[in-house]
Amino acid sequence: MTKTQINHLRELENESIHIMREVGAQFENPALLFSGGKDSIVMVHLALKAFWPQKFPFTLAHIDTGHNFEETILFRDRLVEDLGARLVVGSVQQSIDDGKATEETGYSASRNLLQTGTLLDTIETHKFDVALGGGRRDEEKARAKERFFSHRDEFGQWDPKNQRPELWNLFNGRMNMGEHFRVFPLSNWTEMDIWQYIYQENIEMPSLYYTHKRKVFNREGVWLAWAPFMNLKPDEEIVEKDIRCRTIGDISCTGLTISKADNLVDIIREIAATRVTERGSRSDDKRSEAAMEDRKKEGYF
Amino acid sequence: MSEFDSEAYLNMELLRFTTAGSVDDGKSTLIGRLLYDSKSIFEDQLETIQRDSMRRGNEHIDLALVTDGLRAEREQGITIDVAYRYFATPKRKFIIADTPGHIQYTRNMVTGASTANLAVVLIDARLGVLEQTMRHSFIASLLQIPHLLVCINKMDLVDFDQIVFEKIKADFNKVSEKLAIKDARFIPISALFGDNVVHPSKNMDWFKGPTLLQLLESIDITSDRNTQDPRFPVQYVIRPQKPEFHDYRGYAGRTAGGNFKKGDAVTVLPSGINTRISSIDRYKETGDQVHVSESVTIQLEDNIDISRGDMIVGSDNQPQQSQEIDLMICWFNEKALQLSGKYALKHTTREVRVVIKSIQYKMDVNTLEENTEDKTIRMNDIGRIMIKTTKPIFFDPYTTNRITGSVIIIDEATNETLGAGMIL
Ligand SMILES: Nc1nc2c(ncn2[C@@H]2O[C@H](COP(=O)(O)OP(=O)(O)O)[C@@H](O)[C@H]2O)c(=O)[nH]1
Repeated sequence: MTKTQINHLRELENESIHIMREVGAQFENPALLFSGGKDSIVMVHLALKAFWPQKFPFTLAHIDTGHNFEETILFRDRLVEDLGARLVVGSVQQSIDDGKATEETGYSASRNLLQTGTLLDTIETHKFDVALGGGRRDEEKARAKERFFSHRDEFGQWDPKNQRPELWNLFNGRMNMGEHFRVFPLSNWTEMDIWQYIYQENIEMPSLYYTHKRKVFNREGVWLAWAPFMNLKPDEEIVEKDIRCRTIGDISCTGLTISKADNLVDIIREIAATRVTERGSRSDDKRSEAAMEDRKKEGYF
Repeated sequence: MSEFDSEAYLNMELLRFTTAGSVDDGKSTLIGRLLYDSKSIFEDQLETIQRDSMRRGNEHIDLALVTDGLRAEREQGITIDVAYRYFATPKRKFIIADTPGHIQYTRNMVTGASTANLAVVLIDARLGVLEQTMRHSFIASLLQIPHLLVCINKMDLVDFDQIVFEKIKADFNKVSEKLAIKDARFIPISALFGDNVVHPSKNMDWFKGPTLLQLLESIDITSDRNTQDPRFPVQYVIRPQKPEFHDYRGYAGRTAGGNFKKGDAVTVLPSGINTRISSIDRYKETGDQVHVSESVTIQLEDNIDISRGDMIVGSDNQPQQSQEIDLMICWFNEKALQLSGKYALKHTTREVRVVIKSIQYKMDVNTLEENTEDKTIRMNDIGRIMIKTTKPIFFDPYTTNRITGSVIIIDEATNETLGAGMIL
């Protein structure tokens, strides 16, 4: 009998590819939510692998808060062009201009929460029946019980108490008109797996993940990037630091890491030594203990 | 992982396990302890737990709070669904399917068990082998979890007494004789104080075996999958509309059993047409072999009409084909299983309609008795049934292949997943 040993990154890859193909087969009009962050870049890589030599049957969808790092948008546009992929952008600014969303005010104002409405609108406008997301169960405790195939009612809402049981590798993507699914192929990956995989596969990453000099300020222990639309408190001071992003999100709530890591091996070393979760550096999750759960129920990523 | 060693890391194995135990046996504490002692809890998580522990008036940090999930559960003080946890040691990466022990237990445990290599079964040392222990072991054997680690917990409350441990072990072996458990091991632990969880116990020097984590890191899982019977359910047909791949026609899927090589004689079901494998492709490479559980794209020598739901199998090793199928079923829905009821059924990548032809018996999961009088299969019940499908399916018994031997039953009106079946 031949013994087959597959390393865990290959196994995670096999699982994620399987799920992406299920999405390609079970749905009519899938979107892949693309934020320009590492998880969504890995998702695109897996989608390429899953359908090669055919193009992947997903439309990339970016929910743009208008408060992005410039590098993210440049990276996104180049990737889309290289792949010849279709991209749609859901704009939070547009939602605000249309009066569908109200900008937060105050020092910790962020457009992070406003993304939910724009996301749901984008899904509706383009008639997407499924949105692939890069969420991982290790990120946050409300995500820990998210299914691979997560059913959303006609209001886009998640009902954590009434999820479909998910067994073996049988995924039930059946739904009624007006409902949709969120599918999370990276559910079983950890932050460490993601970086190891990026290293193993030699996947190109936006420069923001590597060390660079940037104007930053410190708020309650978290380093934030300075941008013209950020409201500084009187005692907050803009300084220049060697920093890198551990996650990439909306500028207003992406905590930065003081770091000199300029290559993948150093980044992986840094993560191995870190004693704070990835989400711990995001001020959006600190708002309240159940913040993520509440956002997810409403239809957040 | 202090120093990053790329080779070692890239060769790490993945082990999936589930925990089984009744309420208060110490499952949450045990998982918390495993994560805490293996240094898998981050500082910000620990701070939250410390704060929560104090708020609840606990003197010590309550490790059970590590696995605390959604707010509803926090409010009720119980966990209500399957949640997944991750940790890694330099030897392996672990995925824990954390299943709470209360009334909905069967449904949750079955779900967690379906993908597990191993189950950790907890027994309270003060209470010994109870009816629930039987139920947990039965589900583990029904779902064919290859390895069982029986942890006799709360040893601190029985003075770390070896006699207590040996008696429970003997009792367990007696009741589990009726079950198809291939590999069971026993460990005396205290989840609360950490004895024999990650570190060997100083209080039980009579126990010479490995700790729980040592076992989790070392148990051989390479033969847990079916490597004998070549099965490849077609998931998706790859037809690039590109000039350089003009005639390309590939069948994408994940190998459900055995291995395939270029040149292998294969049969395509349901058509029964024989052909050979011409190549086995991965991203940007055309290769010549695939092992079980790998996702690849297969090309065949002959141009045959194949679509999703078909299965490519070894010509000299074919699965069973039938429209009448015997199943053990676990039911998950408040609406009971209807005799003569019609449902949708998913099996590998195939979807068919089924009608329930007969219900042989309902299993009393606590006593393992077959109830042939009350045969109504309700939520959390397990029973034996026969179904008839509109089209044949190609299957192996669940005991030889967990992928080609499993099905789910779906409500055609609400689309809910109602039950999970294991083919006999
Ligand atoms: N003395 C002692 N108490 C324990 C041990 N393990 C768990 N407990 C306690 O048993 C109770 C139930 O534990 P918990 O982990 O919540 O059980 P669960 O319902 O199985 O998740 C809690 O009060 C724990 O502190 C142990 O090894 N020794």
